[in-house]
Amino acid sequence: MEIPHPSRVPRATLPALRAVEGVLACVSKPLACYHLMTTTAVDLKSVTLTYGPFVAVKDVDLAIEKGSFVTLLGPSGCGKTTILRSIAGLVTPTSGEIVVAGRLINDVPIYKRNIGLVFQNYALFPHKTVEDNIAFGLKYRDVPRLEIARKVKRALDMVRLPGVEKKLPSQLSGGQQQRIALARAIVIEPDVLLLDEPLSALDANLREEMRTELKIIQREVGITTIFVTHDQEEALAMSDRIVVMNHGLIEQNGTPEEVYRTPSSRFVASFLGQSNLIAGTIASNTRGKAKITLDSGASIDAAAPASAKKGSKVTVVVRAQRLEVGKKAAAGSNRLQGRIAATSYLGGTAIYIIEAEGLKLQANTIIDTHVFREGDAVDVSFSPGDCVLLGEDDRRLA
Amino acid sequence: MQQTRFAWYLLAPALILLVILLVLPIIIMMIYTFYEFITAGVEQANYTAANWREFFTDSYYHLFLWKTARVAAITAIACALMGYVPAYFIWMTSFRHKWLLLLLLIVPFWISFTIRTFSWIHILGEQGAINVTLMSIGIIDSPIQMLYTEGAVIMGMIHFLLPYMILNVYVSLEGIDRDLLSAARTLGCTSAQAFREVTLPLSLPGLCAGLLLCFVLAAGSYVTPQILGGNRDALFGNLIYDTIMQQLNWPMGSTLSIVLFVLLGIVSAIYSRYMGLSTIFKGLSR
Ligand SMILES: Nc1ncnc2c1ncn2[C@@H]1O[C@H](COP(=O)(O)OP(=O)(O)O)[C@@H](O)[C@H]1O
Ligand SMILES: [Mg+2]
Repeated sequence: MEIPHPSRVPRATLPALRAVEGVLACVSKPLACYHLMTTTAVDLKSVTLTYGPFVAVKDVDLAIEKGSFVTLLGPSGCGKTTILRSIAGLVTPTSGEIVVAGRLINDVPIYKRNIGLVFQNYALFPHKTVEDNIAFGLKYRDVPRLEIARKVKRALDMVRLPGVEKKLPSQLSGGQQQRIALARAIVIEPDVLLLDEPLSALDANLREEMRTELKIIQREVGITTIFVTHDQEEALAMSDRIVVMNHGLIEQNGTPEEVYRTPSSRFVASFLGQSNLIAGTIASNTRGKAKITLDSGASIDAAAPASAKKGSKVTVVVRAQRLEVGKKAAAGSNRLQGRIAATSYLGGTAIYIIEAEGLKLQANTIIDTHVFREGDAVDVSFSPGDCVLLGEDDRRLA
Repeated sequence: MQQTRFAWYLLAPALILLVILLVLPIIIMMIYTFYEFITAGVEQANYTAANWREFFTDSYYHLFLWKTARVAAITAIACALMGYVPAYFIWMTSFRHKWLLLLLLIVPFWISFTIRTFSWIHILGEQGAINVTLMSIGIIDSPIQMLYTEGAVIMGMIHFLLPYMILNVYVSLEGIDRDLLSAARTLGCTSAQAFREVTLPLSLPGLCAGLLLCFVLAAGSYVTPQILGGNRDALFGNLIYDTIMQQLNWPMGSTLSIVLFVLLGIVSAIYSRYMGLSTIFKGLSR
């Protein structure tokens, strides 16, 4: 029984799938368990890892679906690499369980785990030819010699670098070395492929190219992949799911759309994309729509869950891309009067900094008629549905 | 053009020093090898090949050369075996003050080399620490002859050369990206296999540099065999010393010096051809 990943299913069939899932879960628990076992490739259960007194990873729970591409996204030092290394076995969690392909691997030594790891600086063996680099893992898996040669060739074809078998890594460019590192990791057919900021050492153009390439290769092989990056664009572009981390904690785990549209905390809202964070107090909340008095004095409407109680302090998050500038506001929209404080003209789009009714707002908009310049008076509008409310604990009200 | 000339000006002091202190003396020695030895302390500028003929025909010298090469090789290999372990340890340790461990390697250089060599007499001698201890606990009745043997000479040279070996190996280990080890481990190596596949081959340049340095320094040494060796344990350096200082035969002494110089030069050149000398200089400049 395999239920396709939601992101790969046409929207219309989703409710039907949800129903099937629900039935499965209710009707028979064993069946639901079976479902879990076959589709979860990697399962971290309350994993904590400390370096001396420093807690690098705090109580992380993370289940990764088979065949999916999951990105760990977070600022430098938030514990992404540590999580990868603990899955690979290079560091040992202080507590918690790591299950890969249904097997608890906490006590399995590194060399007996079947995991492909690609390092930021590639870590190709400089004294071995490309061929020997790729064959390395196969050699230690007792693959017969002829079979090794065949697999190495196939791996090189897969990363689109045929014919470099006899070269040394130092004779290849950065992007090519990256591909060899990838080939070396996937040729052993690992249970999971771990990529630690694999693109960050490449220059911008190549990075974008490799991003697409990597995604295509991953699809072709169908390998479960955990990708680490601190680059939000990379994360949004490549992932089936994004796990946003900060200070060793998971802040949010969702599809790129979910994470972008409904950030679950102040950190996610400000780390991923540009957001306006506006402080205010709930004046009333009826039927999913709240009136909010902003600290600056203005009043707006926002979609709100029932838990947003009258009188409680909230932060309203509105994406800079969701602000309309100088357009006729749609019915029911919030509308503020303001003045352009700064304009960055980017060709097709523009970034405006707008002072509106005591607020400083950023709007990234598509230019359709003309560009507003500093000092222009404009109306800013946004729909209540584009607002996300954060409570006093900086988490999204749900 | 202007720039190259300027570069030469900058190089001049170093070049002049090198010429006066190194090239010129060697040329003078080279000339001396063709002088005729009359009697102790007296030679004549007769330009004869007699010294060279003597060296090439008398097997006495060849035996000395052979023995020197053998002792130097044993010393160098022993240094490699004994030096790799501490170098590896210093590299691997998570101890935060690595510089302290490296400093400990340098500490012996604060004491004069000669004094360090003499100190072995108190350890290996008939009334030395080892013999006295063994006799007092009754394992042996009479002192063992340890001092004034080839073993003592080799030991003294290892004592003197080990830090050079450790530093050389350490420098090349330090150049190894630790992710390579992690990569090897995740690809299926045990830590011993990862050592064989990655660490050892990548630290080989440092090991070879150490071997060369130890070999050359050991082959050229004369103080250690003089102090710790018996008459039979003299090396080529002692032969030169003896020829010049005892027999006062400067022409022959020059000939032997040039021979040693050329042979060690050839060893270094062969090494440089295959490994590049830069590793040694990296090791020394630490
Ligand atoms: N071996 C170590 N000893 C002590 N602290 C470490 C060690 N490795 C990583 N750290 C710390 O753990 C934190 C998380 O590191 P890491 O997982 O590498 O972060 P990221 O990959 O997200 O940038 C960092 O603050 C780092 O300083
Ligand atoms: Mg990292």
